[in-house]
Amino acid sequence: MALDPAYLEYQRRRYGMDHDRYEWSMLSRRAPVAWPNGARVALWVNVAVQFFPLNQRGKPFPPPGGMSTAYPDLRHYTLRDYGNRVGLFRCLEALDEAGVTPTFSVNAAIAERYPQLLERLNRRGNEILASSWHMDTLHHGDLAMDDERELINRSLAALRAAVDEPVTGWLGPARSQSGNTPDLLAGSGIRYMGDWINDDMPYPFATRHGELIALPLSLELDDQFIIQNNLHSEWEYADQVKDACDYLLAEAGKTGHGRLLALSVHPWMMGQPHRIGAFESVLKHISEQTGVWSAPASDIVAAWSDQRA
Amino acid sequence: MTSPVREDPALYDYRAWDERLPIRWPNGARVAFWVAPNIEFYELDPPTNPIRKAWPRPTPDIQGYGTRDYGNRVGHMRMMELLDRCGVRGSVSLSVALCEHHPEIIDMCRERNWEFFSHGIYNTRYVYGMDEAQERAVIEDSVRTIARHTGQQCSGYLAPALTHTERTLDLFSEAGGLYTCDLFHDDQPTPVRVRSGRPFVSVPYSLELNDTIVYVVNRIEPRRYGAMIKQAFDRLYREGEKGGTVMCVPLHAYQVAHPHRIRAFEDALAYITGHPKVWVTTGREIAEYFVEHYYDQAVAKWGSEDKGEGGDGA
Repeated sequence: MALDPAYLEYQRRRYGMDHDRYEWSMLSRRAPVAWPNGARVALWVNVAVQFFPLNQRGKPFPPPGGMSTAYPDLRHYTLRDYGNRVGLFRCLEALDEAGVTPTFSVNAAIAERYPQLLERLNRRGNEILASSWHMDTLHHGDLAMDDERELINRSLAALRAAVDEPVTGWLGPARSQSGNTPDLLAGSGIRYMGDWINDDMPYPFATRHGELIALPLSLELDDQFIIQNNLHSEWEYADQVKDACDYLLAEAGKTGHGRLLALSVHPWMMGQPHRIGAFESVLKHISEQTGVWSAPASDIVAAWSDQRA
Repeated sequence: MTSPVREDPALYDYRAWDERLPIRWPNGARVAFWVAPNIEFYELDPPTNPIRKAWPRPTPDIQGYGTRDYGNRVGHMRMMELLDRCGVRGSVSLSVALCEHHPEIIDMCRERNWEFFSHGIYNTRYVYGMDEAQERAVIEDSVRTIARHTGQQCSGYLAPALTHTERTLDLFSEAGGLYTCDLFHDDQPTPVRVRSGRPFVSVPYSLELNDTIVYVVNRIEPRRYGAMIKQAFDRLYREGEKGGTVMCVPLHAYQVAHPHRIRAFEDALAYITGHPKVWVTTGREIAEYFVEHYYDQAVAKWGSEDKGEGGDGA
């Protein structure tokens, strides 16, 4: 038995990355970035406003957090719906109390299903970024480019019709992308995306329609990842986020290079009555630190872009 | 032609822990302590291996890829500076193609006199299904690449993504290798039987304390990882009074160097290196010291003659 000889060929064994989307660049070797008012850490709190359909197809994989029993999975459908009805409002109260600015990543299906909810978010004036149609419209390599273009444009159209401020950010459901996604996003007026989780700062990302900015939305610090995937407690979640905040502040202070703390929060997770206190303690800790700039995601992207050589 | 699978790997003989060798490490140390940073390159779109998929999601699996890439872009510098502060020279388990992709990282490790050993070409290329000539080509490529980019003879091997054949250790010995990190059966070095008949040893490399196993498989909380490392050290330090032990912490910058994890790890590492009877060393130095001082004694007592198959049989 032997493998196809091609398995021992290394076509992209060369300097830099094995693709042409972004340059190889160590964070420690980049030019320093200063956030407004001398802040050391830019804080992006991304609150996910999601719709998980009961008739989930799960192609090419079941979205994390989605339906997992036989149809009809009332259990998971309603647990997720809890976030939009109850959890979100607890999270908003906690954020407002701490003076922390959220950015909402919204599945466009929300515009159709719960227009009153989207309008309330719109009236708050916080930034809204697009998150495809719903949690089961995953972007992946087997999705035809025309179909994906239609999906992206339909999602953006529904959100842009309902939202006063420009929608320039994108987060794929489950941070999923096909090989075409960045090109299609850039061709549809998107300026930044959160799906690539390989950095603690924004960085430029090449597409066939000009440049996007990658604004990594940390997976390892995501509430769903820590609590649902890793099965840590809500207080262990709080410890980890606080430790991350403290570390990034110290690193930025030592190096003089601004850093990004990107927190992904799901109201169906942190908005549960037994978890909201841990979320409040995180927000309290962060808001008590000097040197944290809580800002909409696109403001962070703009501040970073303004300093590029 | 396929050969029958074996009931055991026949690489080493049984030895009870209360009959261990009375090893004395240099300067009366009780524990030989080494840190093995895995510096890896995962490909976005590798060729398909018939036995094992590279990524759980369809290509492009940007989540898996981005997770690993974080280690090289962001995590490496944090991890390296932490080891500097604790006076630890890393023993790098290297995806050798990283010499070409990211030579800046190689240069920084070389300047620190870190050891480099082979962890295959890419961590997305598995040896499952390879014939002997193919696997030899992979091993010889990795030895050659390390020599060319670092000036070092590659002494150690950790199979890429822990994928093995029955021949892996034989081939690595024939390529000039001295030790393997692939076996987890002991807290002391062990002679390993290879067909070349040359001295070849297993140097303990802990999977239980490997940050990726801890964080991805066992899903352990970062502060608890720090506590686990201290607990392991306390026990090996105590037992090392009777006969020297080995403790390894295998790392991946893409796991341990996240801002919410690195502080607990540094605390644990400083705890270990703050003890007096610890030999802070590298995998190669442990293997060489063991071969020089204890290998013959171990072979005489527990056996490890060569397989007697000889040659380069196909």
